[in-house]
Amino acid sequence: MRKYWSFFKMRLMAGLQYRAAALAGMSTQLVWGVMEVLLYRAFWLEQPERFPMGMEALASYIWLQQAFLSLFALWNWEFNILESVKTGAVSYELLRPAGIYGMWMAQSVGNRLSRAALRMVPLIAVSLLIPAPYGLRPPASPAAFGLFLLSAALMVLVVCAYSLLVYALTFYLTDPNGIMVLSVALADLLGGAIVPLPFLPEGLRRIAALSPFGSMQNVPLRIFSGDIPLSEAPAAMGLQGFWIAALLSAGYLLTKTGLRRAVILGG
Amino acid sequence: MIEMKGISKTYRVRRREAGLGNALKSLVSRDDTLVPALQSMSFTVPDGQILGYIGPNGAGKSTTIKILSGILRPDSGTCTVDGLTPWEDRKKHVARLGVVFGQRSQLWWDVPVMESFLLLRDIYRVGEREFRENLDRLTELLDLGELLRTPARMLSLGQRMRCEIAAALLHGPRVLFLDEPTIGLDAVSKLKVRSFILEQNRLCGTTVLLTTHDMQDIDALCSRVLLIGKGQLLLDGDTARIRSMAGENLSTEESVADLYRRFGI
Amino acid sequence: MKLYLKFLSIHLRSAMTYRASFFLSCLGHLLITTNVFLSVVFLLDRFGSLGGYTMPQLSLCYAVILAATSLAECFGRGFDAFTRILAQAQFDRIMVRPRSLFFQVLCQDMKPTMLARLLQAVLMLAWAIPSGAVAWTPVKALTLALMILCGAGIFFGLFLINAAVCFFTLEHVEALNIFLDGPREYGKYPFGIYGRPVLLVLTFLVPLALVQHWPLQYLFDRGPAWYGLLPVVSLVFLIPCTLLWQLGVRHYRSTGS
Repeated sequence: MRKYWSFFKMRLMAGLQYRAAALAGMSTQLVWGVMEVLLYRAFWLEQPERFPMGMEALASYIWLQQAFLSLFALWNWEFNILESVKTGAVSYELLRPAGIYGMWMAQSVGNRLSRAALRMVPLIAVSLLIPAPYGLRPPASPAAFGLFLLSAALMVLVVCAYSLLVYALTFYLTDPNGIMVLSVALADLLGGAIVPLPFLPEGLRRIAALSPFGSMQNVPLRIFSGDIPLSEAPAAMGLQGFWIAALLSAGYLLTKTGLRRAVILGG
Repeated sequence: MIEMKGISKTYRVRRREAGLGNALKSLVSRDDTLVPALQSMSFTVPDGQILGYIGPNGAGKSTTIKILSGILRPDSGTCTVDGLTPWEDRKKHVARLGVVFGQRSQLWWDVPVMESFLLLRDIYRVGEREFRENLDRLTELLDLGELLRTPARMLSLGQRMRCEIAAALLHGPRVLFLDEPTIGLDAVSKLKVRSFILEQNRLCGTTVLLTTHDMQDIDALCSRVLLIGKGQLLLDGDTARIRSMAGENLSTEESVADLYRRFGI
Repeated sequence: MKLYLKFLSIHLRSAMTYRASFFLSCLGHLLITTNVFLSVVFLLDRFGSLGGYTMPQLSLCYAVILAATSLAECFGRGFDAFTRILAQAQFDRIMVRPRSLFFQVLCQDMKPTMLARLLQAVLMLAWAIPSGAVAWTPVKALTLALMILCGAGIFFGLFLINAAVCFFTLEHVEALNIFLDGPREYGKYPFGIYGRPVLLVLTFLVPLALVQHWPLQYLFDRGPAWYGLLPVVSLVFLIPCTLLWQLGVRHYRSTGS
């Protein structure tokens, strides 16, 4: 555990050094947030009665989405892991998948937290200053805030577990780019990136909510504003837990057999 | 003929400490350091000469090459290559110039070498007959044959260098700049490149300016050597002169090392 | 022009050397912009219309922006990815060839995979044009063509600014992404719906509204005919861009880095 912790800390520090890039990224995200809010405002001013969630809840959703982007964006792949699997270098590291899988997880979580840590604070600060109903509002209740934190942690685990599954699949594919490109597109569509889940057509919304992508940003961001009420939160978080377990064990098994194969093939 | 008279060039290096605060500060107050790269450099190269241009890293070699090829504008001094001022008449000047940068390719990576050559023909507006003649001669002398049909990325370093040199000569330039043309090559390729340069110089009277750290290049090719250090011309003569300056029984390599030490560069 | 086509063919063939990754990048580009379009479809499905615009009208709007950005990104790649040209010292090579610097940078790099998005834009136009979004006249057809071409011109101008600034900073200008990636995403609706400040910025600062929002008013019979000429006016934007580029080249020739 200690080993993972120091590995994780190293990643966090490395990520924090790119301050200039973080600053540029932050200003871009601020503009994105503003444009997104302005867009929904246009719909809301015209037909508030057709809004599936409150404007305030939606604005909070959008601002948290920008603030936490690096936490859940699937395109934040760990390219050195992919490379080591592709070249087979991974088989030199360890023959026990438990060790490797834990390392991968620590690295993914560490990198995501470090990327998000810098951007989060100023974005949240600025968006809190924007007047209602277009800015970020405080959480619906202290309980909602607690559940939000818990669910956000689960979200990071779901996203990382999904990424790890892709790395594991790389053992069996000649080119993982196809599955990566498709994953990103599906996550955008079903995860609530292109429009929040409540705005999707009903049939698609049901599928999206049950898919692993629906257990990513969708859950914590809507718990925060109370759009997912306290009574429904435990079920949504249970689904998050299910996906973490399912994705991790599938990836773990694939890595185990993949490693064995790589060792035999690699000689 | 290349004539350089009193060419000076000073770089402004912006000193900037790390950190956002300092980056902002440097926008207001500029804390520049002046680094002289060339100080009143003068020399003349007659037509048909092979000239070695040597000096330690940072001596001003590449600044000279950049000024002579019209990339850089010097702070003061005059310079003409066959009557043209490189940085004033860039297009006219470079049409008569061939440049090989030893460490960077001018061939297009993923297409057969011949495709690159045809494209260069069009870029330099070389007439069909002249192009054919040059290509046939270069193919024979540099032993290109099969290589022309191979994509550049699949060539070995030695093969690629031969193609690079051919690429720089397709338009029949009167002046050729070679920047470390033998760097990283194996013995056979080095010999091939050297004998070609001599042949090209003998047949076409091409003026060659060669920068290198390989003293065997100098021994084999150059009738004259310029040694520069800290932006100044330190020595102008042939290899025999360099050896006599340094002391008895030293190879060219050792002599040059000795001179570097003696000039404190 | 003939030389430009030869360069184009070299870039196409280079890209096709790695066939699988070529089609995969095409697919990747397409999935991103398809998702952008789907977001319009989902919202219009729920709300019926926005600001009086119908679904066919909005697809026409997005197709224009999509075509303009993909044209600019395909053919203006040399200026867009200019840091690469500088980092690999290709600009020195360009300087020792007897052609104009501008033309050579244009030829140096192209991104043929962007043509996949152009195809998507054409398909969307093919659906939107006969759908009754616009009561077509020859002049309106001309306006549509001008919107796409001048739009590509403005995005190209942004690339020029990027390249010019690269001469000084050696780094890609992240802030310009706001005006490139932003409109590619938010150009899915006429810029007017984002409110007056946004419309003003995009009319007078980076005049993308002159190739999208204003001429669209004319196409949809919501504005006077002279709005249809505004795309041409937008090209004034290219003047400062070109001047900045020349300033950058001058800087390079005096510092060499």
